[in-house]
Amino acid sequence: MMQRRLWREASFDLTGKVLRINWLYVLLLCCLAAVGYTALYSAAGGSAEPYAGRHLVRFCIGLTLLVCVALVDIRTIQRLSWVAYAVGVGLLIAVMRMGHIGKGAQRWIEIGGFQLQPSELMKIALVLALASWFHKASWERMGNPLFLIPPIVATLIPVGLILKEPNLGTAVIAAIVGGAVFFGAGVRWWKFLLVALPVPFAAKFAYEHLHDYQRARIDTFLHPESDPLGAGYNILQSKIALGSGGMWGKGYLQGTQGHLDFLPEKQTDFIFTMIGEEFGWVGTAATIGLLSLIVLGGMLIAIRCRNQFGRLVALGISVNFFMYVFVNIAMVMGAIPVGGVPLPLVSHGGSAMLTVMVGFGILMSIHVHRDTEFETNGDDR
Amino acid sequence: MRRETRRTGVFTRRALLLMGGQAAVLGGLVARLYQVQVVEGGRYATLANDNRISARMIAPPRGRILDRFGTPIAGSRINWRALLISERATDVKATLEAFSRIVPLTEYERARIDREIHKRRRFIPVMVREFLSWQDMAAIEVSAPDLPGILVDVGTTRIYPYGEHLAHVVGYVAPPNEGDVANDPLLALPGLRIGRAGMEKYHDLSLRGRPGAVQLEVNAVGRVIRELDRQEGVQGDDVGLSIDAGLQQAVVTLLGDESASAVVMDCHNGEVLAMATNPGFDPTLFNSGVSQAQWAEWTRDRRTPLINKATSGLYAPGSTFKMAVALAGLEAKAITVNDRVDCPGYLDLGDTRFHCWRKGGHGGLDLRGGLKNSCDVYFYEIARRTGIDKVAAMANRLGLGVELDLDLPGQRSGLIPTREWRMAQGKAWNIGDTIVSGIGQGYIQVTPLQLATYTARLASGRQVQPHLTRSLGGVLQPGSLPEDWPALDMPEKALRAVREGMWAVVNEQGGTAPLARLADPKVQLAGKTGSAQVRRVSREMRESGTFDSAKLPWEFRPHALFTAFAPYDAPRYAIAVVIEHGNAGAAAAAPLVRDIMTETLQRDPANRTEPPAAKLAAAQQ
Repeated sequence: MMQRRLWREASFDLTGKVLRINWLYVLLLCCLAAVGYTALYSAAGGSAEPYAGRHLVRFCIGLTLLVCVALVDIRTIQRLSWVAYAVGVGLLIAVMRMGHIGKGAQRWIEIGGFQLQPSELMKIALVLALASWFHKASWERMGNPLFLIPPIVATLIPVGLILKEPNLGTAVIAAIVGGAVFFGAGVRWWKFLLVALPVPFAAKFAYEHLHDYQRARIDTFLHPESDPLGAGYNILQSKIALGSGGMWGKGYLQGTQGHLDFLPEKQTDFIFTMIGEEFGWVGTAATIGLLSLIVLGGMLIAIRCRNQFGRLVALGISVNFFMYVFVNIAMVMGAIPVGGVPLPLVSHGGSAMLTVMVGFGILMSIHVHRDTEFETNGDDR
Repeated sequence: MRRETRRTGVFTRRALLLMGGQAAVLGGLVARLYQVQVVEGGRYATLANDNRISARMIAPPRGRILDRFGTPIAGSRINWRALLISERATDVKATLEAFSRIVPLTEYERARIDREIHKRRRFIPVMVREFLSWQDMAAIEVSAPDLPGILVDVGTTRIYPYGEHLAHVVGYVAPPNEGDVANDPLLALPGLRIGRAGMEKYHDLSLRGRPGAVQLEVNAVGRVIRELDRQEGVQGDDVGLSIDAGLQQAVVTLLGDESASAVVMDCHNGEVLAMATNPGFDPTLFNSGVSQAQWAEWTRDRRTPLINKATSGLYAPGSTFKMAVALAGLEAKAITVNDRVDCPGYLDLGDTRFHCWRKGGHGGLDLRGGLKNSCDVYFYEIARRTGIDKVAAMANRLGLGVELDLDLPGQRSGLIPTREWRMAQGKAWNIGDTIVSGIGQGYIQVTPLQLATYTARLASGRQVQPHLTRSLGGVLQPGSLPEDWPALDMPEKALRAVREGMWAVVNEQGGTAPLARLADPKVQLAGKTGSAQVRRVSREMRESGTFDSAKLPWEFRPHALFTAFAPYDAPRYAIAVVIEHGNAGAAAAAPLVRDIMTETLQRDPANRTEPPAAKLAAAQQ
């Protein structure tokens, strides 16, 4: 027992850490990025410019970032989680201020040529902060409703700020990701019901206070035929592209809808339809299979981790990735309102790529330090 | 340790549950995709290959711009045009060739059409030619069978009934460029114009409206099978301005041929009633693109017709700045209203001598006398006692040298120098700089609109901001009531003293601007002259005694300024006029202000009834 503890406490050397990274998982990420490269190459009409080449460069930067983050001690990450949270909230407020000057929705901050979307960073920071809170909780304290108030407030602040941006889709995803951490921490079922009950009323209230363009999206979703040129146009064309792909697809670089510019935003939010048109159902099913492996692999890392902090963070990051995938694919199929959510590592766009890769870096750090014990592991000891 | 195991157990159970849920959802997506792609795939494949839903958008009519009484100052006129829908033409080249035999197309136009066809979606019509005559229209209609893909259409084009008289305020529209279209694909609609300057630019989104659409089912060759749906567009909102178009026209006429600018403002709420800049330009020329020759003519003209001098012309305020110096001195307690300063005709400072404009000097003067005679030495002395930083702070408070909260793009903020500003340039502030700032020369630069705002604030004691928008879509906007504007926070006594000085300038024997006196003795105007030197007057020139700035070449003559408000006992209108190289404020600008004020008081736009629509909307609020 004593010896095992010693082995665990000693922070193993760099080579040891690198070897402990789940390289199989990294390979899955590379496969997904390769799918992205292929689709973007086709979206540009059979050219690496302007999308695919840059996609590759960004992925390589992201991969380096992933390895660097993976080598950071999980305890350091835990200590910094509230700092990350504070920075995230600060950036959200900063972006709101700048939006005021611009008199419109502002979601981006420019830092050194990179566009940064603070709401993306915020989701990871929120997961870290919540996990850090529940990490210190004993089983008894979890039963105390008062103990749940601070993390609920900590979730509502960023969700509210993102809603104000206004970015409905990301706000809902952030709320669900936060809820998943609560769920993993062992909050009782009936407490979730208590929170979920007023949601329909809140939704009605929110609908009345939505921005016109957001309301238009929901209206178009409910009655797609009412606006065949606006948002409805995107969904209709996207469905035509997917449907015309059939079982085997039209063949690589042979998609007509995408290349004839019928498909809007084909290199970003609607990249999945490019895959659907050119590779058919086989292509889309295989892509979803790959995405599933990444989601479920992340969950397995969570289960295998031996400390509560790591478990909860891994869960949150996996659920976040899952939400991206679900919202994007459901959106292009017209199953939920169009929401400006990219398909991570496939869609063209630097900001989402970097935040997603940092998230996977933390996931890898959890995997590397899965047996690490914290000095104070709540009052369980 | 048991508890830890329990926590782990709960986590593992719940994580597995989540994994199950995720797998189910993802599986559901795959199943749904099977439905869309394989089961219903055939139907969509037909849609993609044989039949297409082709959608054509209809550009909405642009909203109008109205003056304060509802007179249109920017509206729309019918415009016949020929469009080409490339997916309907079997051979675009042949169609254009045939079209060219009816209405000749230039090489340049051909290139533009080719470019647009390649850029845009194939079902979006491309403009071939607009502003067609009736004869051309008829000819095109008759030969329609030879012109597959060509479509004749009635659109609208922008007209400006007041033309160059209001050009700088209303601005103009122009065809959108490629960058605009990339940001908003709706701008690709043929005939859609985008506001490029003035109110057309500032309110562009409100004016633009919402496009309508027809949805057509077409077969592979592009023949329309049926019309599925039609939605008319929504016209853009009307924008109501505070401008009185009649007064504006009168003011421009009064400015004559001078290169000049005049602003008439309501003292109590900052509404701009007239903003005239001479010379103007014809804004409709931008509608279809300005010719090279026209552009060259505009840019060659040294009277800068394209620049809105009222908001972006920068001038030294000259003696019109003296009220700000006086108020700064009073506030800093560097002087009282009754303190007297002796003017021997010059002020010696070290080995530099600063001259008064009157060679023999004015003798002892109090504040009222200083303003009335526009005595330079009096204000050199006050500026010296008060210090530049306090003078600058006061000027900024009164609206000089700061960016105003104006709803017109392109204003410049001017400059009131401070020690800090000079230091930032890496130079030290000299006391001499303070002295010349006391009479509004040196580094100081202001715009005519700032002068009018400054005068309005002096007259009303409120921090009014100039603005032009009165109503949007028939709804009266905030800012049209005096109560919307906070008080200046300055003792009434000081303001009264300054106003009295301005009154004496015009109405008292020996004042510097007797020419500004109004004909009606019951209504009195208070004002202040100013002359802004463009070139330094050297000592030799001054001492030779034969110096006469009127004999200088035009571009070296000083600018003439005059700023005024009336009626003196119940201020309502503030006017500022700058005549470029007009030589002397008292001789050139003062009579002009008198005539503009007479015109304004006769029309009294601020007290006439508002347009019923705006009033109704205000009542509903």
